[in-house]
Amino acid sequence: MDEKETISQIHQKQREWEKQRYSKAIQENPERKQKFKNLSEMEIKNIYTPEDIKDLKYLKDIGFPGEYPFLRGVHPNLYRGRLWTMRQFAGFGSAEETNKRYHYLLEHGETGLSVAFDYPTLYGYDTDHPLARGEFGKCGVAISSLVDMELLFHGIPLDKITTSMTINGPAAIIWAMYIANAENQGISKEKIGGTIQNDILKEYIAQKSYIFPPEPSMRLIVDTFEYGYKNVPKWNTISISGYHIREAGSTAVQELAFTLGDGIEYVKAAMNRGLMIDDFAPRLSFFFNAHNDFFEEIAKYRAARRIWAKEMKGLGAKKPRSLWMRFHTQTAGCTLTAQQPEINIVRVTMQALAAVLGGTQSLHTNSMDEALALPSEKAVRIALRTQQIIAEESGVTSTVDPLGGAYYVEWLTEKMEEETYKYFDKVQRLGGVIPAIEKGFFQREIAESAYRYQKETDENQRIIVGVNRYTLDEKPSIPILKMDEKGEERQIHRLQKLRKDRDNPKVQRHLQQLRKAATGDENLMPFILDCIHSYATLGETCDVLREVFGEYKEQAIY
Amino acid sequence: MKKIRVLVAKPGLDGHDRGAKIVARALRDAGMEVVYTGLHQTADQIVNTAIQEDVDVVGLSLLSGAHMTLFIDVAVLLKEKKMDDVLIVGGGIIPEEDVPALRKAGIAEVFGPGTPVDDIVRYIKKNVKR
Repeated sequence: MDEKETISQIHQKQREWEKQRYSKAIQENPERKQKFKNLSEMEIKNIYTPEDIKDLKYLKDIGFPGEYPFLRGVHPNLYRGRLWTMRQFAGFGSAEETNKRYHYLLEHGETGLSVAFDYPTLYGYDTDHPLARGEFGKCGVAISSLVDMELLFHGIPLDKITTSMTINGPAAIIWAMYIANAENQGISKEKIGGTIQNDILKEYIAQKSYIFPPEPSMRLIVDTFEYGYKNVPKWNTISISGYHIREAGSTAVQELAFTLGDGIEYVKAAMNRGLMIDDFAPRLSFFFNAHNDFFEEIAKYRAARRIWAKEMKGLGAKKPRSLWMRFHTQTAGCTLTAQQPEINIVRVTMQALAAVLGGTQSLHTNSMDEALALPSEKAVRIALRTQQIIAEESGVTSTVDPLGGAYYVEWLTEKMEEETYKYFDKVQRLGGVIPAIEKGFFQREIAESAYRYQKETDENQRIIVGVNRYTLDEKPSIPILKMDEKGEERQIHRLQKLRKDRDNPKVQRHLQQLRKAATGDENLMPFILDCIHSYATLGETCDVLREVFGEYKEQAIY
Repeated sequence: MKKIRVLVAKPGLDGHDRGAKIVARALRDAGMEVVYTGLHQTADQIVNTAIQEDVDVVGLSLLSGAHMTLFIDVAVLLKEKKMDDVLIVGGGIIPEEDVPALRKAGIAEVFGPGTPVDDIVRYIKKNVKR
């Protein structure tokens, strides 16, 4: 960044400083650790100077927000114009209960919705399926049919509020329910906005709620891309997610590299089907974790923007919007402690601040009680208030990318990028993302990192406040969310009534048409929409696809 | 001395396998013989594997909140199959108030978030019954 001469002067001066000042200082105050490392095992130096970023060219490598390579942000005025969307991931029990929580969150200033589905829904089973035993409404809301979807969004203006839905295996079907619900209310497809997660690769890699094998899964995803840009233009048809990769135990670099690698894989799959990159790429979105190491996280988001812009340009994208890496962030659930749960508020604050300084488009802040159970109303309100304090009080929103140009941050951003490309090469050598999944590459990489993190914690090399230092003997005493015990019964009753009352010959006809289309190569979205409009259930629709596509089974490695 | 044989199992639909894998590996590193079921196991499948592999310990992991049904299903079925002498332990996101009922059902100990893996190793070594 500086002139050559200045760099050499700085270099000279730094050596003197190390010799005369630093070495004396560490005699008086020896360093607390032999090595300072971040969570990606990078060694962090005592100081960073212009020399560490001497090869960076401001205009080429850093530039301005809203311009290539988008390192400093995708929007020119970022939070000076519009704050990020405050979007709390929520869902439990029945559709009615969750609907109440959504109204509660919106009343307290939330600006977007985010749906958590229960496990049976994530696997495409109706609530009364034998494998759903014990799982109803536990990890999210149970949605078995369009009737449940109608109740879930009762009283919420679908043309004004955007909704993100964490759904992958059956994403096309759940999306069809959302679209059908809007249409039944007279709101056209062009007017609704939101996101489906729809990222199956990271399911195989980390989150493990997959249904079908890779090939038909990729087909369904490309179907949604195509249907989306043609019919539901304000919808993000995928949220390419690092969050779950990180929660499964990866490092920040692995999260970054595996996520962007998955993203490129989706783009290539769509292009192989003959879709034009500038048609679908503007609707791709991302989802990252905000973990503990503050600067590492900020560098991760910044690097992600630059890498994505470069890669998309390389793949032939021309529209600026196709080059944008827009992302949602959630603070790291795996860092929450069951011990002294109130202190999680502090962890979440730091993580959320990193996401904001990294330029996130939307944010979920975890609640303090989530290492114990689903969040209570009070806990989730405090989590939302945390975002509001950052937005309204901290002043960090006054300028775009406030840390841009900081020697450490720019060096680290560059380093994250470098390490990401090393992983891209490794995956390439294994034959690409899907062969690497089949060989268990990502799964092993993540398991290794997770084990190392645990070991370091157990051996007190890594300090977790309240867990291995500053501990208390008392048991946590915060109220835990209680769910309506009648919810499951009500849901099953509703489902059985629906199966009796609807036009069953019509349902069967549409399911049969979907079966036939699935064996061919047509876009399945219109067929799925017909099934859903006729009130075929999630389970019935998924079963048809299970018959045609088969199911994915993973090999168990640890 | 005979090695302790442990089945680490993931009942139900829960996909959170970080903890189960870490525990499986830590038990193996501590000299035990570990069988990991992988994901999405029914109680029947878990108990059948426990019988076939002739394990001394069954470790169940769940973070989905379904433990009151699924842990207890496994415990009941093990008892039915006369595997009463198998030590059953559990882990995951388990509220403190659920622990007494789980203990009563035969889950000898529950390990929550933040448990050092050595505590689990020590507990198993001390309490294994076979």
